[in-house]
Amino acid sequence: MGSLNTLTVRQAVDHLEQGACSSEELVRDLLSARTALDGTIQGYLQMDGERALAEARHADADRKKGRRGRLLGVPLAVKDILNVTGQACRCGSRILDGYTAPYDATAIARLRAEGAIFVGRTNMDEFGMGSSTENSAFGPTRNPWNSACVPGGSSGGSAAVVAADMALAALGSDTGGSVRQPAAFCGCTGLKPSYGRVSRYGLVAYASSLDQIGPLTKDVDDAALLLGVMAGPDPRDSSSVEALVEDYAAACGSDLKGMKLGLPRDYFVKGLEPAVEAAIRAAIERCRELGAEVVEVSLPHTSVAIPTYYIVATAEASANLARFDGVRYGFRAEGAEDVLEVYAKTRAQGFGPEVKRRIILGTYVLSGGYHDAYYVRAQKVRTLIRRDFEDAFKTCDAILAPVAPTAAYRLGEKMADPLQMYLGDIFTVPASLAGICGLSVPCGFTPAGLPVGLQVLGPAFGESRVLRVGSAYQKSTDWHRRRPALAAEGGR
Amino acid sequence: MASDTIDVTYVARLARLNLSADERAAFQSQLGQILDYVQAIRGVDVTGVEPTAHAIRVQNRFREDVTADGLAMDAILANAPQHSDSQFIVPRIVE
Amino acid sequence: MKYLTTIGLEVHVQLKTRSKMFCGCPTGPGAPPNTQVCPVCLGYPGTLPVMNGEAIRLTVMTGLMLGCAISPYSKFDRKNYFYPDMPKNYQISQFDKPLCLGGSVEIDAGGGAVKAVRLTRIHLEEDVGKCIHQARRSGVDFNRAGVPLMEIVTEPDMETPDEAFAFLLALKQMLLYLGVSDCNLEEGNLRCDVNCSVRPEGQAELGTKVEIKNMNTFKGVHVALQYELDRQLEAVRTGERIVQETRRWEPEAGATAPMRSKEQAHDYRYFPEPDLMPVVLPPAQVEAWRAALPELPRQKRERFAAQYGIPEYDARVLAAQKAVADYFDEAARGASNPKLISNWVMTEMLRRLAEREMDIRDCKVTPAALRELAALAEIQAINSNTAKEVFAILFEQGGDPAAVVRERGWGQNSDGDAIGALADRVIAENAKSADDYRRGKEAALKFLIGQVMRLSQGKANPQMATEKLVQRLGRPGGTG
Repeated sequence: MGSLNTLTVRQAVDHLEQGACSSEELVRDLLSARTALDGTIQGYLQMDGERALAEARHADADRKKGRRGRLLGVPLAVKDILNVTGQACRCGSRILDGYTAPYDATAIARLRAEGAIFVGRTNMDEFGMGSSTENSAFGPTRNPWNSACVPGGSSGGSAAVVAADMALAALGSDTGGSVRQPAAFCGCTGLKPSYGRVSRYGLVAYASSLDQIGPLTKDVDDAALLLGVMAGPDPRDSSSVEALVEDYAAACGSDLKGMKLGLPRDYFVKGLEPAVEAAIRAAIERCRELGAEVVEVSLPHTSVAIPTYYIVATAEASANLARFDGVRYGFRAEGAEDVLEVYAKTRAQGFGPEVKRRIILGTYVLSGGYHDAYYVRAQKVRTLIRRDFEDAFKTCDAILAPVAPTAAYRLGEKMADPLQMYLGDIFTVPASLAGICGLSVPCGFTPAGLPVGLQVLGPAFGESRVLRVGSAYQKSTDWHRRRPALAAEGGR
Repeated sequence: MASDTIDVTYVARLARLNLSADERAAFQSQLGQILDYVQAIRGVDVTGVEPTAHAIRVQNRFREDVTADGLAMDAILANAPQHSDSQFIVPRIVE
Repeated sequence: MKYLTTIGLEVHVQLKTRSKMFCGCPTGPGAPPNTQVCPVCLGYPGTLPVMNGEAIRLTVMTGLMLGCAISPYSKFDRKNYFYPDMPKNYQISQFDKPLCLGGSVEIDAGGGAVKAVRLTRIHLEEDVGKCIHQARRSGVDFNRAGVPLMEIVTEPDMETPDEAFAFLLALKQMLLYLGVSDCNLEEGNLRCDVNCSVRPEGQAELGTKVEIKNMNTFKGVHVALQYELDRQLEAVRTGERIVQETRRWEPEAGATAPMRSKEQAHDYRYFPEPDLMPVVLPPAQVEAWRAALPELPRQKRERFAAQYGIPEYDARVLAAQKAVADYFDEAARGASNPKLISNWVMTEMLRRLAEREMDIRDCKVTPAALRELAALAEIQAINSNTAKEVFAILFEQGGDPAAVVRERGWGQNSDGDAIGALADRVIAENAKSADDYRRGKEAALKFLIGQVMRLSQGKANPQMATEKLVQRLGRPGGTG
């Protein structure tokens, strides 16, 4: 065939069901695309071709035996932060060298039960800490639209392999924007489900009260399909919620009649790149044409969302990452004389600078004397941010906003100044703090040819609404079907 | 508003992280800037506001008191940096 | 100058659950290292804890029994510090919203006096693993990591090592009564940290607190406290300053010694555990648990005395251990003379159990069998020596007392006609003694009874033999 790697998940499912191709052929095309492209992009950390082919053949055999499954034989890429039995799970870090996952994350298990196969692990900012994938211990991933630019992060590898047709779809995780922002930077679709919608069991924790697993896909329909498989309560995750899992695929309509969409005036402020704003404004117009009523809403605590996020997230991270100590699994530094040295050296050599920075910040904001001024106060501001959204959703069904203030920037541009990097998360962290759902869909390009993402935010467990908006928008545009030249040259 | 100064050496010790002199210096200044920036939350009126520890309002999630299979010994030991007689081995513990 | 001593305890109790606090690994003792572990209790990346509802119930039941207030809202927190026996390098514990607040335990303060030791709180946490120290390194076994531990914290209400000892005994008795823990000290089911201080009489403020960590025997607590309080008294008398510190009891040396600090500054950085949801127990649930509380030792004591008419002393002995109390209760229920049951349990039963170091629950004499044995003795179907022999047989083999008596032909003869005939024969054969008795020589009757017993080979009911002889001889010195 030669171009099965360009299919969406739904197209692949159709092909497989109709016998138009086999899973093995699909995987072969992905492997050749990777061979052609990934030397430049560096989206994958690991892809065991032989094993992937063996699993694909297994799926093909199963199909012949009459097995069915919503994703039977569909190859997926997985962010290096999810546990998949028998695979390494390094979280973009040296500290997990030598660790092999002995269990499946619940989301993985549910996809596997529908027949999906997990063919490769994608690059990421170490432990999800970053917005550019430059904080990977294994080197940066590059943006398929311009290899001098970052793919966003932390799920930059997942976004890049989907955008470059090296994967049909990928899983990522979003703590403060880590699915939505790389999806925007790479021109693919990314969904952060509401907190509690998808089990976190098996997702290596960065900030436990914020983390969610989400799909990065070529269109909204695929995001709906993957969410539908992964969603639902899990007895292994106390924070997974019993709320009804809707028929997300059915929610993907083609018009927006009767919908009220909110525009947060607090998101259209200084610092928003004009080309990004122009693309967003055009997308809003399109939604209006599709029948939506657009109203202005206010999210007054937006300006304190980043401080709040960086206190809450780093505090939780400082505890979550304490377990990486060289005793039970992973990397241990050589030459330690006593246990304290094992800890201090292992962690010094095993963690990269951004992780260390956040551990120190998080330890500080929890430490005696500062706990109330920073941590407790941030938790209270978090309440206010949550209320902002609750109030806004009283007057609208979903909110339209930019995903990030800029399109992808050049590698190295923000590495020397962590604070500048953090400020780029301004439009994604509020939704994370509020625990609501958010979708990023391609909505145009900058004059430099870099993709721009439109963010659709919905209330907690309102995934159907954001999927409906995103799907209707995509059915009237072709931004999501554009592919970077790089992929076209190498992959087809 | 003036921010608190961060004693990077002390905090790094609490977090069991050895820092090089360069790292210490860089973090001292970067974290100083970040702390200045996060002071913004001090300007927010949070009187009477309850803290949010969880993004969802769920309570009483319990499991039944039933036993389940654990992890096979070979999987445990394969992941262990050092082991002997089915135990994880660490150097001397200084109390 | 006179000095006052003050003691407070933090007791860690391993709860009797089948599975661990946050995962399904078993909790039983004695398993080979790292065979009761899973990704959750090993702190593997990506794993999450889920609360064992039974551990919550057992803690709340304990709180209800000890008179605590049950928190309407309770939550778990992370306590951060690094140690090789801690899989996550934080311990899931409860910081500011424990399950139970207040409460008290009554202790025997000597000389029959009763004193209430107040409790500060009871909270739930997870146990850590075990470090096995070797020559230049340590092995770590995580079987115990994640086992539910209930921590009971007292107010500094005890004044002497004896009181601390009495507190531990009383607490253990209550916990066993409730069945929330096996309280097996050898297996470390009960461990405690001890706080103590001294201050001059008249000073309200407590002296500098010294903590002795991780004691696992009650006697150890007693001797360590004796040593430590003496040390502090000596120090204040000689004007030495006592430093606030954590010390360790070293049994070989018979002394406490300062520990090098586990964590500088003890900056535990508590914060709410994001992986666990709050516990908000509906009042109806708490009330249902309260209604299911077993009778407490004191209530049981009072009921035994009232219901069975046994002396206060008996009631106290029988109620001391729940298993013994339950046994007695079952045997005494429906017995014609519960005092006899009490006698049997307090003498023969407890003596033989002690000799064999046995638990009454493993005893082959069922409560019903004991009741029957007591009844046989009471109606004098067997005499008391025979009854003891029957008990010994039942204790070894179990079975039905009537059957044992029948099989061995030990039945006591209470056939009035047969014993009357024997009495006639004895009077005829011992005319002198009979005359002596008639003349008022009481002792002669004893001899005649003995002769009846001899002729009956010991089976005659002695009381009936007496009656028959007296009937025939008339009252000594009487009109007959």
